[in-house]
Order: sequence, then structure tokens, then C-alpha cells
Amino acid sequence: MSVALLIVAVTLAAPSPPEPPPPEELNDPGHFADLADEETRAKALFGEVAKVLLHPRCANCHPATPRPLQLDARRPHIPWVVRGKDGEGAPGLTCDTCHGETNYLQQPGAPHWHLAPAEMAWVGKTPGEVCRQLKDPARNGGRTLEAVHQHLAEDPLVAYGWRAPAHLQPAPGSQERLAALFRAWIEAGAHCPQ
Amino acid sequence: MATTLYVNGAHHQVDADPETPLLWVLRDHLGLTGTKYGCGVAQCGACTVHVDGSPRRSCVTPLRRVEGAAVTTIEGAEGRIAEALRAAWIDLQVPQCGFCQAGQLMSAVALLKAVPKPDDADIDRGMNGNLCRCATYTRIRAAIHQAARAVK
Repeated sequence: MSVALLIVAVTLAAPSPPEPPPPEELNDPGHFADLADEETRAKALFGEVAKVLLHPRCANCHPATPRPLQLDARRPHIPWVVRGKDGEGAPGLTCDTCHGETNYLQQPGAPHWHLAPAEMAWVGKTPGEVCRQLKDPARNGGRTLEAVHQHLAEDPLVAYGWRAPAHLQPAPGSQERLAALFRAWIEAGAHCPQ
Repeated sequence: MATTLYVNGAHHQVDADPETPLLWVLRDHLGLTGTKYGCGVAQCGACTVHVDGSPRRSCVTPLRRVEGAAVTTIEGAEGRIAEALRAAWIDLQVPQCGFCQAGQLMSAVALLKAVPKPDDADIDRGMNGNLCRCATYTRIRAAIHQAARAVK
């Protein structure tokens, strides 16, 4: 085999970047309709919501430390960036230094790319803990549940969870289904799992 | 497809795919080779420029994103902060191989614009995204402090 042929053969045999596994399924609110007891239904609905909230596409930017996580492996962000004032990074190294308003090549991007405030940290928390946090105006940005719903349903940065670059696993389901689950949870009394 | 760019105070017509990285437009179309290719994935900071006064990694910035914006490269860095940094860089002989230094300086300009008198932690946080294989970090930090003192 000539050198040129060998190069071609090796090139053709080179593995392409691994694709992430498909996301976990996200049930729609109807899946929980048989749960007659409202509290039981609400807790189950929030458990479904938490599949999205605690997914790396969402939780990586709700970190428990000043440093965000990245990738499906939830590793500490490289370069070492910090939340900074207003969640937009440190002066000289703000989030928009690298993240634009859209994905570009393999670089994730969405409008107003930033970190959640420290009081909205989700990493390491259980669905119940995140649920109680979301209901607490002191830890949800002073929002009513309606405002939280609006954020989940309409915020373009939330929408990024399902529009990540191909090497990243999207969040389960869709933004529309997340919003429907959250709405059903509110209507069932907004009870939190343990 | 022609795109109008405003770089270092001058307008340019660039015939390139709007998805082309700004870095390649600067280097290959405009001949502004002070901005360096280091990693191509926003991991090293060598390609840092300013877009409307804010630092951007030009390797992950598509051409379409900067149409109508003011782009500043190391060749166009000017003003009291840039001049103070340049003087400190020379005075302390900061560079070793020099490859990363254009990016380091563009980030340092952005840092001093936002934090005129940074402490060590401010410098570390603001400059973390700029790698230096020669490990000139202590001289970079000293030069930023010196430049901050020099800017009145």
C-alpha cells in the first residue's frame, strides 16, 4: 500500500466526534392525569420538570460555586470563568467574550448568555430542594410562579437547552412541554416533592 | 458576498462567506496578522479583539456578527490605557515568544477600562482566558499594575 493510500485509509477510518446519547424522555402532563390526588400529582409533575432543570444544559449555568460547569460531563468550565457582578462574568472576561447570540461552530450561544445568581444555584440539589427554591421569591429573582412560568416558557436563553450544538445532549422534551408541565404543576397546587 | 466591516477606524468591503470566523477575515482578507490563531475554539485568548469596545474571541465570532460594529485589533489599540500598557509591557519586557501577547494586551485593555485599579484577583479573573505557553503570567500581572498606576 502506498503512503498516499495509507493516509486516505487512515483518514477514512478516523472516528468522528462522539455524538451524545439521546435525551431522556419527558412525559407530557396527560401522563399524570390518572393521579387523582392533587398533591401527589403536583409532586410527580415537578419531578418531570426537574428532569429539565437539573439537566446539564440548564444546571451547568446554575452552579453551586462561582464557576459554571460545562459539557454533558458537568466538568468545571474551561477557561476558568466566574459569575461576577450580575452573572455576566468578570471584567475583561465576560460571558459574551466567547458566547454569542447564536451557536457558532461548536461554540454554544444564545441571547444574554449569563449565569444564574448564587441564590438560584441548582447543582447538587434534589428536585424537592429546587422546587422549594423556585417558590421562594428570595431565591427566584422575586418572581411569582406565573413569572417563573413565563421565564421557562419564553426566555430565549432557556430555549437554548433544546438548541445546543450537536456535540451536546439537548434537554429532555421541548420548551413547550416544559412549560405545559410547569403550568399543570401550578394548577395542581404547586406542591413540592421531598 | 460582500460584507462591510469597520476595523481600526476604517471601512472595508470583504468578499467572504458571512459564516467565516472574524479571525480569518482579519488575517487573510485585511492582512492584520497581529491577531493570532491559537486554538480556534475560544480556549486560549490569542485571537482576542474588541467589538464595540468589548473583548471578543475572533476565532468563534462569525463575520455576520460584526457587520456594522466597530472592530479593534492590536494594530488599532490606542488611547491612554493602551499606551500605558504598551509602555509597561516594554519596560518590564513581558513577552518571551510573544505569540499570545496581542490577545493578552487586548484583554488587559478591556480589564483596565472596566476596573481602573485592579487588584491581583481582578487581574486573575479578567485574564484567566488568555493562556501563555511561556508562563509570563507574573510579568503580565506586574505590567497591568504598572500601567494602572500610570493612567491618570
